[in-house]
Amino acid sequence: MQVPNKLTPFFENLNFERDDNTMVINFGPQHPSAHGQLRLVLELDGEQVVKAYPDIGYLHRGIEKMAENMTYNEFLPTTDRLDYIASTSNNYAYALAVEKLLGIEAPRRAQAIRTMLLELNRVISHLFFIATHALDVGAMSVFLYAFREREFGMDLMEDYCGARLTHSAVRIGGVPLDLPEGWLENLAAFCDKVDYEIEHTYGALLNENRIWKMRLEDVGVISAEDALNWGCTGIMLRGSGVKYDIRKEEPYELYPELDFDIPVSDRCDSYGRFRLYMEEMRQSTRILRQLIPIYKETQPQLMAHAPKYISATKEDIMTQNYALMQHFVLVAQGMRPPRGEVYVPTESPKGELGFYIKSEGDPYAYRLKCRAPSFFHTGLLQELLVGTYLADVVTIIGTTNIVFGEVDR
Amino acid sequence: MRKYVPKDNVQKKAYYTDRYHVVPKVPQSEVVEGTHFAKVLEALENLVLSSSVQLGQMVLHINPKDNFEVIKILKEQCGYTQCSEQSAVDYLAKENEFELFWQLLNINEAKRVRVVCRLAKGEAIESIVPLFNSANFAEREMFDMFGIKVNNHPFLKRIIMPDDWEGHPLLKTYPLFGDEAASWYEVDKIFGKEYRDIIGPENRDPAKIDMKDTKRFSRIGYEVPFGTEYNADKEVPIEYSETLLVNYNKKASKQLDERK
Repeated sequence: MQVPNKLTPFFENLNFERDDNTMVINFGPQHPSAHGQLRLVLELDGEQVVKAYPDIGYLHRGIEKMAENMTYNEFLPTTDRLDYIASTSNNYAYALAVEKLLGIEAPRRAQAIRTMLLELNRVISHLFFIATHALDVGAMSVFLYAFREREFGMDLMEDYCGARLTHSAVRIGGVPLDLPEGWLENLAAFCDKVDYEIEHTYGALLNENRIWKMRLEDVGVISAEDALNWGCTGIMLRGSGVKYDIRKEEPYELYPELDFDIPVSDRCDSYGRFRLYMEEMRQSTRILRQLIPIYKETQPQLMAHAPKYISATKEDIMTQNYALMQHFVLVAQGMRPPRGEVYVPTESPKGELGFYIKSEGDPYAYRLKCRAPSFFHTGLLQELLVGTYLADVVTIIGTTNIVFGEVDR
Repeated sequence: MRKYVPKDNVQKKAYYTDRYHVVPKVPQSEVVEGTHFAKVLEALENLVLSSSVQLGQMVLHINPKDNFEVIKILKEQCGYTQCSEQSAVDYLAKENEFELFWQLLNINEAKRVRVVCRLAKGEAIESIVPLFNSANFAEREMFDMFGIKVNNHPFLKRIIMPDDWEGHPLLKTYPLFGDEAASWYEVDKIFGKEYRDIIGPENRDPAKIDMKDTKRFSRIGYEVPFGTEYNADKEVPIEYSETLLVNYNKKASKQLDERK
């Protein structure tokens, strides 16, 4: 037996002296396929997983605590650090929750831009998924191709807001900027490029690839009942045959006006989920194309008119005394939303991203709870991995598409 | 006199509030007869203390001891097959109790219900893991962050903070930058308590400038040799030597002077 002390701490993976001949190994927290800081303690019988214990918290930054100590506008850039693959979806989920609390609505142009950014982020995030998932399973070239297109998407984000990873491209009550010149043409070109690549590169490389299918088919099977029970949302839920997409069922922004389908797979396995990611990207480009004419018909107002909560436009602040005074109070003290609580779910690329905000009428949120989809998908691993083989563990972690900024918060 | 700081809530507070500021409320409405929510209320009978509809979601206030029963009825009779979220709000400073909430989703009707209860300090809540596995991690997180015990949880252990962490970070009494134990956590764990004096508490402010630190900072005008111990009494401003211009070419300078 090991005698742990300060110099030789207890190592789980040296535990060979058990009677049942199982081996405990640590998968992570620095394993490249652990998608961040996941430490997965696996008990193995030969190559078969007997018990899995996901240990999280290696990326904990206390974001919920920070929310209690920051004004509502101050906190917004912090939400970038939740799901850093698709930052705008976090910014948006938070901004929408605060807007619901305030009872305001963004103007139509802001809504069009936000919907565009959300879908663009969905494409970026899904491309990242395809890339890393393929890399985890062993297909290196897909990674390179998918990252190439993702780079174009990030260039679009950079053209819009100046940032590539931590966008903060949404504000409470609207968006800070209008689209730059030529952006819509670039967006249309990006859509065409992605559509082409989905069919001719990723699809051609993976869809009917024999090795890919052998590695993914019937791996990580989740029944619909289990998926609901474990709190799976997004593609994890739709991959199990439950057709539920918040964009359709509890619509927000311009989604009710847009024409798009919700792909569902009843295969319940990793391969079905992979196909859903591919199809969702296609639906996203379809949405983006529809948004271009919608945007062109909107009025140029970008921020909601709610002087009690939201600063006036720069022009008003610079020319009108009262607008300047209000802006000063809003910056120095922060907005004071009504007393009450909201829970607002949105469909982020990973699943249901919801913000629960409890306000006591102060400029600081009394409590903010971020309902992160990846957190619950990580919880599912302890059941999903049992009985599978070590080689499939990586595939299953990949298919859950967890991001640790969101899991640990 | 030192400024009084309330100890029961050390979170940031507004430094100024207008005397006439009236806090509005988020709109609430009664449950309308004949809707889906009215049927849910009917199924729950007398288990509900009060109910309202807020922003399209029903909020049910219940007794903490009924939580399992209420959520079981919601799941089995009303079709709320997913528990999206479960956590708590700290009201210890004001009312000496926690507010717990469960956010449930009905997939078929696309309706959401929030079950809310007030739990007195030191009491435990019944686990709903037999109904919803998603509560497994959520309840562990609630225990980790607030120290609320959950009865019959299969594996109630800290989830985000380390196992040997002291205190529960989301309590209002817990400061943003961590408490005393937090600042010594790494030192105690890696080196032992006896090394506290040598290493010093952890600096959680990356922009902090320590005037006594002569290894990483130097002060212009008060430079001392690297690593010297700081002594306020011995602090002497350094007199820099002024560069003297020696005039070797007297002829040329004369010409300059003449020109002036």
